[in-house]
Amino acid sequence: MKIHEYQAKEIFARHRIAVPRGKVVRTAQEARQAVADMGGQAVLKAQVHAGGRGKAGGVKVVRSAADAEKAARSLLGSNLVTHQTDSRGVPVNSLLVEELMDIRRELYLAITIDRVFRGPVMLACAAGGMDIEEVAASRPQDIFTEPIEPVLGLMPYQTRRLAARLQLPGAAAQSAAQVMQAMYRIFTENDCSLVEINPMIITGDDRVVALDAKMDVEGDALFRHADLRGLRDRAQEDPLEAEAADKGIAYVKLDGQVGCLVNGAGLAMATLDVTNAAGAPPANFLDVGGGADDEKVASAVQIILSDPAVNRVLVNVFGGILRCDVAARGIVLAFQRKGADLPLVVRMLGTNVDEGKAILRDSGLKVTFADTLNEVSQAIRRRG
Amino acid sequence: MGILLDESSRIMVQGITGREGGFHARACMAYGTKVVAGVTPGKGGQVFENKVPVFDSVEDAVRETGANVALIFVPPPFAADAVAESAACGVPLIACITEGVPVQDTVRLSRYLERHPNVRLIGPNCPGLINPGAKCKVGIMPGSIHRPGRVGVVSRSGTLTYEAVSQLTNLGIGQSSCVGIGGDPVIGTSFVEVLKLYNADPDTDMVVFIGEIGGSMEQSAAAYIKEEFTKPICVLIVGATAPAGKRMGHAGAIITGESARAEAKVEALRQAGAAIIPTPADIGSTAQALLRRMR
Repeated sequence: MKIHEYQAKEIFARHRIAVPRGKVVRTAQEARQAVADMGGQAVLKAQVHAGGRGKAGGVKVVRSAADAEKAARSLLGSNLVTHQTDSRGVPVNSLLVEELMDIRRELYLAITIDRVFRGPVMLACAAGGMDIEEVAASRPQDIFTEPIEPVLGLMPYQTRRLAARLQLPGAAAQSAAQVMQAMYRIFTENDCSLVEINPMIITGDDRVVALDAKMDVEGDALFRHADLRGLRDRAQEDPLEAEAADKGIAYVKLDGQVGCLVNGAGLAMATLDVTNAAGAPPANFLDVGGGADDEKVASAVQIILSDPAVNRVLVNVFGGILRCDVAARGIVLAFQRKGADLPLVVRMLGTNVDEGKAILRDSGLKVTFADTLNEVSQAIRRRG
Repeated sequence: MGILLDESSRIMVQGITGREGGFHARACMAYGTKVVAGVTPGKGGQVFENKVPVFDSVEDAVRETGANVALIFVPPPFAADAVAESAACGVPLIACITEGVPVQDTVRLSRYLERHPNVRLIGPNCPGLINPGAKCKVGIMPGSIHRPGRVGVVSRSGTLTYEAVSQLTNLGIGQSSCVGIGGDPVIGTSFVEVLKLYNADPDTDMVVFIGEIGGSMEQSAAAYIKEEFTKPICVLIVGATAPAGKRMGHAGAIITGESARAEAKVEALRQAGAAIIPTPADIGSTAQALLRRMR
């Protein structure tokens, strides 16, 4: 789960990481007032769950309260399209108004899980404020890493080593080390999958300040973080993806026309590969999950049918925990509720497959059955 | 013979009194698996299906029944506790089926398990493992699609593994063992560790390996295959057409960085000498062609 920059900065501040003085605003009038209170100049930052805001015009420096009102009016209520969003972008419903900082250096710091190390690693780079994935691709030697042993935590020698590699002078090195320790506490205490400061700045008077703040909290750990659950902003999510997530369905909107209903993430990815290879691009990734009942399957199919781009539906169910008859009943239910008559290609295998096929055959829906992935490929191509 | 499981495997199901645990314990028993104990704290003394004694603790279950494999179905908040309890009792093989275990729990578990070199964790978030020849099923895979044979299967996924197995079985190709290692970013047993077991298993002639986008575990496997693996192997990598930066159901399957992409994985494995399975529809036929070439 992603949270907003201003929310992350509130958590940062509680852990004594210095952040710029700032205020969250939701109207142009509030923005005007906030900038006036800050002495007439500030930076307005669109609060959206996407990186690349600066290049996309989501960060604006204003030199007067009137400028602020104008800039806020153009940003608030608009959709920001960045390289990390789709073409529709994400809605800007709030702005963070912050004091301008005297920036001498920009650095990069992050903590994430390293799969090979099977634990958290701290990443640091002297080139802050840039797209870190670009740096990783073009000059990986400039990114310094420290694996963190969960039993020990982030050790002082590691923060000293990183500060030295970033060539920080005495006072700034000490402050940076404190920031790193605080980041690790935030990472573990909140079950994060990412804590990132890009850029972390050194000011003209050698203060270390988190100019940006990013926190991703692991969805699977939210059961033990009641305080963080309230930070979710559904407006930032694709409405169908959010609806699916609420029902425990893994759904990702894609660009094609074939609506896909699959059980199991691996088989769902394989199904995307099969339809793409057949020249019939999928409209979505969907894993309905193992323990689904007919209502959950129906919800999944209704989500698929809610996408106006979908012109046919592919069902690929390997019945195990999810029985084929349960899946079939859910599919029929959804088509009836939606009054849909789109053609269906159905491939079912495993538990109660004959009952499942019979339910679909007797349903009056336009079903083509396929037994193998090759037949799926042919059937979905014919339908195109 | 196969790997990890054999006729002497005695299974203890943690969470046997729950809906999922009960359903799958019954299915494992129906397949012929020796399910000797269940564990649910607070429900010790019950008898599952008039056959299997339920204990309050793993310690009791192991002492009373000689269980040597743990199969875990407990809900995510309690999964780390269940794994640690079995590891502390020295249960040598633990399969954790539970989906949705917080990654930082698995991180801490992985450190704890390093102190127990004789304990192997499969998963979490996995379908488990099966040895059809030994009639031993420790997981949620449908037993009926398997048949005894000499091809080893290893995969991160559940239903895609069943897909692979059913393609093999439909062509008359039986399996020595099948292992689903799990879809989470941090897991107990890697591809390389399973490949090492297949390499040493005299009853496995060939391996079918199903990988996916995300991470770099397939590249580690490629390096191992190139250096040490002596048997023919065919490989499918799924997710080639998935969009970058999106989580595809498996927490592991998020494409970040170059090595996580399908093409990078396929190329590494091709250079290591693996036969590449072109599409998910070709798993059985690629394996069949490879087997013919061996003869």
